[in-house]
Amino acid sequence: MAYPTDRKYTKEHEWIQVNGNSASVGITDYAQQSLGDIVFVETPKVGAEITAGKTFGTVESVKAVSDLFAPASGTVTEVNGELATAPEKVNSDPHGAWMIRITLNNPGEIDGLLSAADYEKFVAEEAGH
Amino acid sequence: MTIRKTALNAVHRQMGAKMVEFNGWEMPVEYPAAIGCGIINEHMAVRTGVGIFDVSHMGDIRLAGPQALAAVQHISMNDASKLAVGQAQYSALLYPEGTFVDDVIVHRLAENEYLLVINAGTREKDFSWVRDNTRQFDCAVENLSDDFTQIAIQGPKAVNLLQKLTDADLSAVKFYWVTRGKVCGLQNILIGRTGYTAEDGFEIYIPSDEATSTRVWNEILAAGREFGVVPCGLGARNTLRLEGCLALYGHEISDTINVWEAKLDRFCKMEKSEFVGRVALEKSKAAGVKRLLVGLEMTERGIARDGYKVLSTDGREIGYVTSGSPAPFLKKNIALAYVPVEFAPVGTQVKVEIRGLGAGAVVVPTPFYKRPKKT
Repeated sequence: MAYPTDRKYTKEHEWIQVNGNSASVGITDYAQQSLGDIVFVETPKVGAEITAGKTFGTVESVKAVSDLFAPASGTVTEVNGELATAPEKVNSDPHGAWMIRITLNNPGEIDGLLSAADYEKFVAEEAGH
Repeated sequence: MTIRKTALNAVHRQMGAKMVEFNGWEMPVEYPAAIGCGIINEHMAVRTGVGIFDVSHMGDIRLAGPQALAAVQHISMNDASKLAVGQAQYSALLYPEGTFVDDVIVHRLAENEYLLVINAGTREKDFSWVRDNTRQFDCAVENLSDDFTQIAIQGPKAVNLLQKLTDADLSAVKFYWVTRGKVCGLQNILIGRTGYTAEDGFEIYIPSDEATSTRVWNEILAAGREFGVVPCGLGARNTLRLEGCLALYGHEISDTINVWEAKLDRFCKMEKSEFVGRVALEKSKAAGVKRLLVGLEMTERGIARDGYKVLSTDGREIGYVTSGSPAPFLKKNIALAYVPVEFAPVGTQVKVEIRGLGAGAVVVPTPFYKRPKKT
C-alpha cells in the first residue's frame, strides 16, 4: 500500500493529516499489518489534552496491546465512534480510519515529522531486521 | 541461544507468515490477510472447516522395553495401564511437590512401547527428567524430537481432508486413538486423532527432512482446497486452545502450580500405583486447596491479558490472569485466572485490572467452548 503524501508520519507508526488548525490522527498500514486483527481501540474523550510523543490511547489486536503515541500536542475535538463497534476498519482502511481529531497547539510541531517517502524508507528498514 | 527452525520454516516465509520467537523456536504466528488468513480467519476455519498447523516444535520421547509400562506409570499421573495398544491419553509429568514438569499426551504404540508428546519449551528439561526418573526400569528412553515434522490437521472437515491422502480408515479411529498408514505416499506414518484446538482433528508424524515436509504440507493444502483449508499459526492455536480451556505450560500449569489448583483431577489417578508427585498431592488435598483456576468472561469493555491482576469488586488484588484474549468464535473477551477458592464459584463477580482500572468480569463455567457432539 502506498503511503498518502497528504499527511505526516511518526516512527511509532501514527499518521497525522493537518487541515488548517486541526488534524486527524490514525495508524499506518504497516502498523495494522504488524498488529493483525484489530479488536479494540481506546481513545481519550473529547476535550482531553494530548501531548506530542506521549501515549494518548491503546489499540489491541487479538494477540497484542499497543500504545498510541500523539504525533502532535492538542485538544481532542472528535473521536471516531465507528471504531468502537467496527475496529476492524483500521485493518481494512488504515489511512481512512482516523481515530481522533484534534486542534493543534503548535502547528509547527508537524514539520519535525516524517514525510510519506521518509516513512516508507523507515519501515522498509524496520521490516528488514 | 540459537533460534531453532522447523523443516517448514522456508514454506512459512514464502507464504508470508509473520514469524515470531516462541520458546526458542521461530514459528509462524499468523499468515497474511491477503491469503484469507489472520488469527480470526484461521481460528474460524478450524471451528467451521479445517486448518493446518506446523507443530514440529513439539517434542517426542519414546519409552520401549519390558518395563515400559511401569516406567510410564512412575513418571506420569494418569493411568497408562488403561491404555490399549493404539490408544492415547492426556497426562502430566510431576515434580515430587505435585507441581508440573510438563503436560503430555501418552500414546501406547505397541505392547511395550509408549510415545510421550511434550511441549517445545520444555523438550530438554522433560527428556532429562524422564531419563533420570526411569533409570531403575528395564526400558530404553529415546528423544525422537528431531526425527519428526508434526503437522496438525484440525477442524470438523479434518477427517475428510486427511482421508483423501491416506489409505488408513480414519472413520475407525476414535478421538485419542492412533493408527498407522500410508500418507502422501509415505509408508507407515503415525496418525493420531488428537490436537490442541478443542475440535476434531489429527496429528501426523512424518520424516523431518525439508523436502518431504514441504511436499506433504503442500499436498495437504492442495487436497484441502475444496474444504477451504487455511494454514494456521500459533496465534490461532492459542485462541483455539483457550476457548477449549486446554492448559498451556508456563501459564495455567507450571512448576509452582499443582494438579488440584489447575483442576486436572480427572487426569490424575491417585488410586493407581505410586507415581512421582503423588505423596505431595495427597498432603495438599488433605490440607485443602487455596486457589483454583477459573474461567472469566469480561462483563465490561476491556480485554484481560496474561499476567493482569484479578481484583475483588472492592478493589483488592486476589489473583492473576494466566491467559486472556478475545475469543474469535465465541465473540467474547475471556480469560483463565487463578483466584482464591472463595472466589471460584460460577457467578462470582470480580474485576480485572486493565491499565490501572478495574473492568468487570464474572466467573463462568469451563470450558468456554465445547464442540458439538456428532449425532
